[in-house]
Amino acid sequence: MVYARLILMRLFKAVIVLFLIVIFNFLLIQLAPGDPAAILAGQAGAADQEFLNQLRERFGLDQPMYVQLWRYVSGIAMLDFGYSYRLGVPVFDLIMARLPATLLLTGTAFVLSLVLGIVAGSMAAARVKKPSGSLIMALALVFYATPLFWVALMSVVVFSVYLGWLPAYGLYTVGAGHTGFALALDIAKHLVLPATTLALFFMAIYTRMTRTSMLDAAQQDYVKTARAKGLKPSIIQRRHVLRNALLPIITLAGLQAGQMVGGAILTETVFAWPGIGRLMFEALEQRDYNLLLGIFFFSAALVIVFNIITDLVYSLADPRIKKGAA
Amino acid sequence: MSFFARFAQNRGALVGLIILLVIIAMAILAPLLFPESPWRMVQRPFLPPLSQDGFPLGTDTMGRNVASGLMHGAWVSLLIGLVSTSVALLIGVPLGAIAGYYGGWIDDLLMRFTEFFQTIPNFALAIVLVAIMQPSISSIVLAIAIVSWPPVARLVRAEFMSLRNREYVEAARLVGQSNTTIILRQILPNTLSPIIVLASLMVATAILLESALSFLGLGDPNVMSWGYMIGAARTVIRQAWWLSFFPGVAILLTVLALNLVGEGLDDALNPKLSRER
Repeated sequence: MVYARLILMRLFKAVIVLFLIVIFNFLLIQLAPGDPAAILAGQAGAADQEFLNQLRERFGLDQPMYVQLWRYVSGIAMLDFGYSYRLGVPVFDLIMARLPATLLLTGTAFVLSLVLGIVAGSMAAARVKKPSGSLIMALALVFYATPLFWVALMSVVVFSVYLGWLPAYGLYTVGAGHTGFALALDIAKHLVLPATTLALFFMAIYTRMTRTSMLDAAQQDYVKTARAKGLKPSIIQRRHVLRNALLPIITLAGLQAGQMVGGAILTETVFAWPGIGRLMFEALEQRDYNLLLGIFFFSAALVIVFNIITDLVYSLADPRIKKGAA
Repeated sequence: MSFFARFAQNRGALVGLIILLVIIAMAILAPLLFPESPWRMVQRPFLPPLSQDGFPLGTDTMGRNVASGLMHGAWVSLLIGLVSTSVALLIGVPLGAIAGYYGGWIDDLLMRFTEFFQTIPNFALAIVLVAIMQPSISSIVLAIAIVSWPPVARLVRAEFMSLRNREYVEAARLVGQSNTTIILRQILPNTLSPIIVLASLMVATAILLESALSFLGLGDPNVMSWGYMIGAARTVIRQAWWLSFFPGVAILLTVLALNLVGEGLDDALNPKLSRER
């Protein structure tokens, strides 16, 4: 009951946000430099007036503004994002074709960064004021300050060019004709560098957060009680401190979803990973504004879905939420 | 204890300050040491570091001096970091102050607006904004400011909410001071320390954002920046790793230094809080 209401509320909010983004997107298209028809014709190498008019008509650019806005909004409501000006293919199809690769990359990086970050953070919290604890925090700070795309390039130099351990480009070996298990293994190998690079930055954030959160939780009365009962410190750390420290981390993980999209654009660009991040870079290079804005909208929608999921996980993890849910 | 003594107690902050001063010196000395434009092709391309006098870091794919680009790039990074943070403060501080001071439906409205901007993936938004407005220093500054003001608004709002019912504010109200005066003269000065700490961290984030935008080819085509240098060398990474390596180290050190300085400022400005930690 309570969850159903919670979900409904969140969905309602999500729809409003998405609607606003659609309008925002439409305004941006109007601001985009040049007449899309002219850009299209320029790319095609012909620019006579008749051809331009033909293109305008085909993409609905000859209609008045409000008609265009209505067509755009109602189109997106039916998952019609229009056509890529450059490729002449529906934007939605392009995005869908690239989505699995992005979900694989960001999902792996998310789990990796969360697990490693929580482990490193709790180690740092247990070793507070010791050199080993400070070392973990120093490393976290360095990873936090390092540009993601630079780590990506440097890992290509070290692990792919110099050591030759891992492939640096693409999703799988083209032309190898792997199937079944061999294909999965091949993809896994290609996934190692992009996922690790993407995970490093987020790992740094989770490490710092886990440490702060655990140090806070260690001050609580229930921890003192547990200690007074004579429980072993390792058990207190795991059952009492870590469990309660994890709650704020779930919230933070939800907030990081948007950052993850940005990280994916950069890592996918460096590793030629065929996901929507790379698609965005390609749209950018070709000044394919409709495709660019379609991806932008879609990534915002993904982030919102992820936020709803983390909200639900949070309310499941923290039973106190039920009382306050409205 | 004086402000600087408290700051210097944090050894990391001191190191950060020194690195930052070196980078500021690089930015100031760039036009003196390398008076020629960093875009000029001055030697044969792909010169490795330390192989020729006057080219300590070698040359890039077009025969441009990497050391010169690095020094001139320091100026661009610092400039964009500082200006975009200032613009973000100009948006975030008033919004947060009004929301926190007045509360009620104004607060609700402004916070929904802030949440909207926080939901949108910020790097993707920055890309779209710069691409649509065309890459230039001003469009980059504006885009970075637009994606980074929400945390400022939230922080200022929280501060105002906790301060608006303090006795000195009540007193000011009784004396008949206007809301504007109370906001600007009474409350705002008391929120400055957390804003300064946040701002120093925002400069770091802004520099990272700028470098990422330039890396993707969305930098101002008239200025040499670290992100552009890495992006331009991306395709030749197998032959010439140093072209991407040095600008990356420069970004890393600058961002690291700003984060360390931010932590030091936090210690120095909020002494009570940091001692508890």
